[in-house]
Amino acid sequence: MDSLFVLIPLSVLLVLAILGLFWWALYNGQYDNIEREGERILKDD
Amino acid sequence: MSAITADALSRAHPDAQAGIYNDKVVRQFSVMAVVWGVVGMLVGVIIAAQMIWPALNLGQFGLEWFSFGRLRPLHTNAVIFAFGGCVLFATSYYVVQRTCQTRLFLGPLAALTFWGWQLVIVLAAITLPLGLTTGKEYAELIWPIDVLITIVWISYAVVFFGTLATRKINHIYVANWFFGAFILAVALLHVVNSAAIPTSFLHAYSAWAGVQSAMIQWWYGHNAVGFFLTAGFLGIMYYFIPKQAERPIYSYRLSIVHFWALIFTYMWAGPHHLHYTALPDWTQSIGMVFSLILLAPSWGGMINGIMTLSGAWHKLRDDPILRFLIVSLSFYGMSTFEGPMMSIKTVNALSHYTDWTIGHVHSGALGWVGLISMGALYFLIPRLFGQKKMYSVPAIELHFWIACVGIVLYIAAMWIAGVTQGLMWRALADDGTLAYTFSESVRATYPFYAIRLVGGTMYFAGMCIMAWNVWMTVSMGLKAGPVPQIRIPAVAPAHA
Repeated sequence: MDSLFVLIPLSVLLVLAILGLFWWALYNGQYDNIEREGERILKDD
Repeated sequence: MSAITADALSRAHPDAQAGIYNDKVVRQFSVMAVVWGVVGMLVGVIIAAQMIWPALNLGQFGLEWFSFGRLRPLHTNAVIFAFGGCVLFATSYYVVQRTCQTRLFLGPLAALTFWGWQLVIVLAAITLPLGLTTGKEYAELIWPIDVLITIVWISYAVVFFGTLATRKINHIYVANWFFGAFILAVALLHVVNSAAIPTSFLHAYSAWAGVQSAMIQWWYGHNAVGFFLTAGFLGIMYYFIPKQAERPIYSYRLSIVHFWALIFTYMWAGPHHLHYTALPDWTQSIGMVFSLILLAPSWGGMINGIMTLSGAWHKLRDDPILRFLIVSLSFYGMSTFEGPMMSIKTVNALSHYTDWTIGHVHSGALGWVGLISMGALYFLIPRLFGQKKMYSVPAIELHFWIACVGIVLYIAAMWIAGVTQGLMWRALADDGTLAYTFSESVRATYPFYAIRLVGGTMYFAGMCIMAWNVWMTVSMGLKAGPVPQIRIPAVAPAHA
């Protein structure tokens, strides 16, 4: 079970990275105007 | 609106290319996806036949490279990484450019990913029949090829994320989140699981051993399914279904929730491959519980895709491409219900090591991955070669029905074989000894192997019909003139 010494810290880092990414998305405005974004892809070419 | 200019721009000075999407690499991957689909499925048909007629192993001719043990990983690698991989590269490069309204970042690096990936596939096709293998499922390739995969994958990540970073639209369309997660997860999984200490050019010792190696292998194996075969293809679904149906995704809000819930939960499901093994009980239980939870986000995605047709179901009557895309989601829903059920320890005690597992794999692979890939390729190929539609729409119809019947025959045969095996292997006689010998269970399941061969051959035949249709479409397109250069639309100024 020694691999847990690597796997648990790695998983914690991964979770923090994922939370960080989610935070970025929220504050970058990725989730403003959601309704319009679904339609946007229908408008190009 | 974009304008299609089919002229000498194809030989253009780099600056003239700046306003044009890079569809060359998309064309290359799309065509090779069809080629590898035919190859990979043909190997599948061969090994299915070998299980019925062992003489087809050609052992009496001393051709060990043609034997089942050597060809099986060739089949799995060809259909997952060659066929599935090329589909993912083609579609992700197409989608990221159009949703960001910018040309692919570092085009030459994208070209390297194409040639590099084809080289990986060819090397796999040579080394696997030669018996050079790590013995790790879906990670059989020997270490020098693993290094090449890492180089190609890092290049892929640079191209994909670079394109996102240079986007002209601030919002990152949900499909790109799925593609991005798939690319990053596969990088992590590959590097960790394939970590090894080489002893020679062709051999290495895995960094992992024993039950810990098993856990890491199935963390990899299940996430290969979850990120390579699910998240990546959900990215495809979220773009191509709205485009083909000409309607926006049913609930964009749900797609975001779906994304975050799915990528979080998938990582923990791996232990369900190791129930009742030496893996600690608590780890097995985590795998079981998270696999059950996974049912919710998976079905959220399925509902989101299918309900996109709400108010437009009639389109399914006349549009076989849309049928491929939507029916793939029903198989997705089936597989993501079956999977959690099979993750329950009590159920797994029956299903593990039986053909039910093969049935489950193929309902996901042929039903979900195969059909969504075919739908996406049928959408892409005419557009990439300047045609209004595929050469033969009736052939798409024929392909659809042959594929569906093939899938149903395959999985039903495997369900019956699998449950028969599970029940016979655990049956006890009155004195407490095993009621059946192993060879009796082989005899009982033998007819279902024959039905599976029929189903698989039908699916392969459908792929051949597709290959013919693609060949005709591409030929017509190339005969008509240079391939289209699609102009990138000018982006409207940002508005609130």
